Amino acid sequence: MGNELLSQYVLFRHRDVDNIRDIEVYLAHDGYEALKKAINGMQPDEVTAEVKKSGLRGRGGAGFPAGVKWGFIPKDITPKYVVVNGDESEPGTFKDREIMESNPHQFIEGVALTAYAIGAETAYIYGRGEFLGVFRGLQQAIDQAYDKGFLGQNILGSDFSLDIYLHLGAGAYICGEETALLNSLEGLMGQPRNRPPFPAVKGLYDKPTVINNVETLTNVPPIVLHGAEWYRQFGTEKSPGTKIFCLSGRVNKPGNYELPLGTPIRYLIEECGGGIIDGKAVKGILPAGASSTIMGGDKIDTDMDYESMVAAGGMLGSASFIILDETIDAVWAAEKNIKFFKHESCGKCSPCREGTFWLAGVYRKISEGRGTAEDVELLETIIGQMEGNCFCLLGEFVVPGVRSSLQLFKDEYQALVD
Amino acid sequence: MWSEQEQKELDEILKKYPADRKMSAVLPALYLAQREKNWLDDADIAAVAEALDISVTHVHSIIGFYTLFRKEKSGKYMVQICTDLPCALRGAEAFFDRLCQRMGLGPDGGTTEDGLFTVEPVVCLAACDKAPMGQINLEYYENLTDEQIDEVIASLREAEKQ
Repeated sequence: MGNELLSQYVLFRHRDVDNIRDIEVYLAHDGYEALKKAINGMQPDEVTAEVKKSGLRGRGGAGFPAGVKWGFIPKDITPKYVVVNGDESEPGTFKDREIMESNPHQFIEGVALTAYAIGAETAYIYGRGEFLGVFRGLQQAIDQAYDKGFLGQNILGSDFSLDIYLHLGAGAYICGEETALLNSLEGLMGQPRNRPPFPAVKGLYDKPTVINNVETLTNVPPIVLHGAEWYRQFGTEKSPGTKIFCLSGRVNKPGNYELPLGTPIRYLIEECGGGIIDGKAVKGILPAGASSTIMGGDKIDTDMDYESMVAAGGMLGSASFIILDETIDAVWAAEKNIKFFKHESCGKCSPCREGTFWLAGVYRKISEGRGTAEDVELLETIIGQMEGNCFCLLGEFVVPGVRSSLQLFKDEYQALVD
Repeated sequence: MWSEQEQKELDEILKKYPADRKMSAVLPALYLAQREKNWLDDADIAAVAEALDISVTHVHSIIGFYTLFRKEKSGKYMVQICTDLPCALRGAEAFFDRLCQRMGLGPDGGTTEDGLFTVEPVVCLAACDKAPMGQINLEYYENLTDEQIDEVIASLREAEKQ
């Protein structure tokens, strides 16, 4: 059961229990017990308090404490909404999909508990358009939950009612930004909104809204069922719990690995990922997908928790580890990500729209051997002009990848422009 | 424009959103309108606008913003291969180039002469651990070899003949 570092899976329970995607199997393994416990014996505020105590932090990338976020919801305004961010579009990230495909009921139960905690009667799960097949399976699981009385009117004979609806996006990375997601759900272009007001106060249809990532909410049933203390046996003091690490790139066994927060990167790459293809050396680590600061191979012994990653000059983000080995051209890799951001810039603000356009042009010039030393400096200038000036974080995400690439692999840029 | 079946599905979709928020259904309504021929003509766009009480201009802005909607005729099957960094680190670019060659297309892809297949590179599909991978009309195909994708394409071509 579990893996070497985990006595049992907290999120990927399908790896311990065959076919847990079926509601009967889920029910035989504590399924919906947390929801029963909450509805029958806990006030909504007690659920929020337990999640606060657990220290669960948002798994979408920002790492904001989930219970604190729920606490911002005003009590006197109705209706309230739960919106789940399943947009999962960051290159290198593929964890929410596995949860929704293989352990859907734990996720659905987490959505229901969240709705109970904040007093919402409607939840929308927003998934990227390409998750058509994933959502087909998820809808079946939701239908099963309705049939058993865990969703719908007067759940388990209580006053609590909840409907969960699925909503597919249509191919826009920006919709993973929570206010852009809300606009998309309202039928607008997926462009971010001004903050304040924050979604907790004015979110979907201008009503109080909690937005959390799929993985975040999948943590909630075990926290409610077993308690915050139990949950805190995993992970570190400031980064409690387990996390799904998405490992991709030049490793022998790419895939999703659930590990306690605080596990060293080396363990992920060597023990889980079976090391680097052909035994090559690690050249760079992108710990948070395309929007990462690139960490050098010398940072391989950093612990993967929110604080240690920042202290080492990186970030944990959504924990999407893309591994570059010594055979990879660093300028090519940086250019790849810039092309992605140029394609996905929503166009609302000029620092991001123009910045990614110019970065892509200059990178192309350099990689085609037409660049000069001034062009390398121009890359610095462009990211300097973007930094702190983009309307939303997704524009800001472009900066650290370019900056760290220029710092770590200066020689390679130099060689191309000499 | 809506068939009886589509109208039924549209009614179901609208039940998900508050009655005064029909615009929320614009993405699902566009998927429905695009389903039969895989692209949207003026009549489809007008029908979506009318069903949701929104302007045709707004529907155009949505189609322009979201990449999964098309206003031009494309192949019946959209063969989209991810070539973003994580997939490219596992050979996705070369895989895409070889596929285009075997399909008789240029290096950026395009539509086959019989109009059946449009092949194009796309950005991340959230399956980076299963590269090379891609989707054909939103169904995923993963850990692909040249032989496997050829087989899939051949079987789709065969099905079209019948």
